[in-house]
Amino acid sequence: MSTPPVSTPKIRIRGLHKAFGSKIVLDGVDLDVETGTSMVIIGGSGSGKSVLLRCILGLIEPDAGTIEIDGENLLTASRSRQDVLRRQIGMLFQNAALFDSMSVGENVAFGIRAKHSDRNGPPPSRTQALQMAGDLLKQVGLDPSVGDLSPSELSGGMQKRVGLARAIAGNPNIMFFDEPTTGLDPIMGAVIDGLIVDCVQKLGSTAIAITHDMASAQRIGNRAAMLYHGRLIWQGEASELMHSGNAMVDQFTHGRREGPITMELRK
Amino acid sequence: MNAVLDPIAALGRAALGLIKQAGALALFALEALSHLVRPPFYWRIFFSSLIETGFFSLPVVALTALFSGAVIALQSYVGFGQYHVQSAIAGIVVLAVTRELGPVLAGLMVAGRVGAAMSAQIGTMRVTDQIDALTTLSTNPMKYLVTPRLLAGTLALPCLVLVADILGVMGGFTVSVAKLGFSPSTYITATLDSLKTMDVVVGLVKAAVFGFLIALLGCYNGYNSRGGAEGVGSATTAAVVGASILLLLFDYLLTDLFFSQ
Repeated sequence: MSTPPVSTPKIRIRGLHKAFGSKIVLDGVDLDVETGTSMVIIGGSGSGKSVLLRCILGLIEPDAGTIEIDGENLLTASRSRQDVLRRQIGMLFQNAALFDSMSVGENVAFGIRAKHSDRNGPPPSRTQALQMAGDLLKQVGLDPSVGDLSPSELSGGMQKRVGLARAIAGNPNIMFFDEPTTGLDPIMGAVIDGLIVDCVQKLGSTAIAITHDMASAQRIGNRAAMLYHGRLIWQGEASELMHSGNAMVDQFTHGRREGPITMELRK
Repeated sequence: MNAVLDPIAALGRAALGLIKQAGALALFALEALSHLVRPPFYWRIFFSSLIETGFFSLPVVALTALFSGAVIALQSYVGFGQYHVQSAIAGIVVLAVTRELGPVLAGLMVAGRVGAAMSAQIGTMRVTDQIDALTTLSTNPMKYLVTPRLLAGTLALPCLVLVADILGVMGGFTVSVAKLGFSPSTYITATLDSLKTMDVVVGLVKAAVFGFLIALLGCYNGYNSRGGAEGVGSATTAAVVGASILLLLFDYLLTDLFFSQ
């Protein structure tokens, strides 16, 4: 009797460690994210959520562990191979991180040109990229005329939409969202979540979102995990978040003061 | 015992810190330079930095050079009057301007104006995740932000110094002729007699080195800034102070290299 083939997760993380000085931020994280899954990682401030994303993105070098994309270890791959593997990742930053020296349209056009793969022919010209940026702005619910504005002229919600347009410019098949609704009112948060879900579904991407907004977590994710003190203490369906059966997760998701998680004052 | 050892230990720590900083700066420079020969090169960033460093620094450098030349002429006239060698003023002005004042004053002005701006711009990009965003968009931040600015600084400052040399000599000429009673033709002849190609060339070489250092310190401090607005402010201060000190150090070293007997 032959065993059924086991599919390789899109992202597989094993034993990921990262410390800054004596402070251990990631303490042996193991995580599988299957292709097409939207994984939401929750956890308190300083629990290591952002560091985890940044390790996958190559913005921070982990101290130990492996990060595989489609079964290929990112950390031992050559620099050029890492670039190729990471080229398929789109990222929406917490504060959108739009380039303030460029107009909104140029920001999105930059994403289009930077993420262009030579396999798809010559890169679009600046003018072509700006036209394509207008289409992407429409896709995230913005009028293409917004492209002429400077990022500082936009509200927080609009900046997030532009950041999303830039992130999806290269048709990424992996998308990361760093606290996508932070700083937004509940309605705008829901709008951004809806756009994220639409984009991920349209592109057929695998997504990881980190958040401590429970409503957002349930709207975006179909899988969820919780990081606490640099360790994944729970994984399950996003629909189970509010009744996970894990005391720590329940305390966090319901925002209770009393429970196993205690707020530590920095000494 | 501690009273004796503690200051020595502090001195040792400071020295080690300085060496570590110098090493980090050298590695940063080498990495940025390595991108000069590896495509793509971001020409738009290069040209915009060139205009920002060269063209927009022109007024402040021009005024500084003009008044410096005028002041040297005036001071030399008073000082040399005691020895009845006022005729040497034209030579003194042209030598001082081309060898020292042109490159150094232009460098200090550009360090204050452009070095600070580079540091603040890149530092702000760092603390607002824009540099990380570049990486996630498959764009090497060193190649995109630093390399074009280093090249622009290295090329722009010699052009500025050439202008500063001309205006500095003109400042000395104007004061000497209009105020001190020199004959224009005598002054010009004395200037040309004293002017050597080597002086101008060395001045321009110094300027290229200063331009590189200003851009390097501006980019390095901005790139490594941390901690929000305060961090960007500290990085900007460190960029200007560091560039000014390095500029004067390299001025001495280059002068010793080219002019010492």
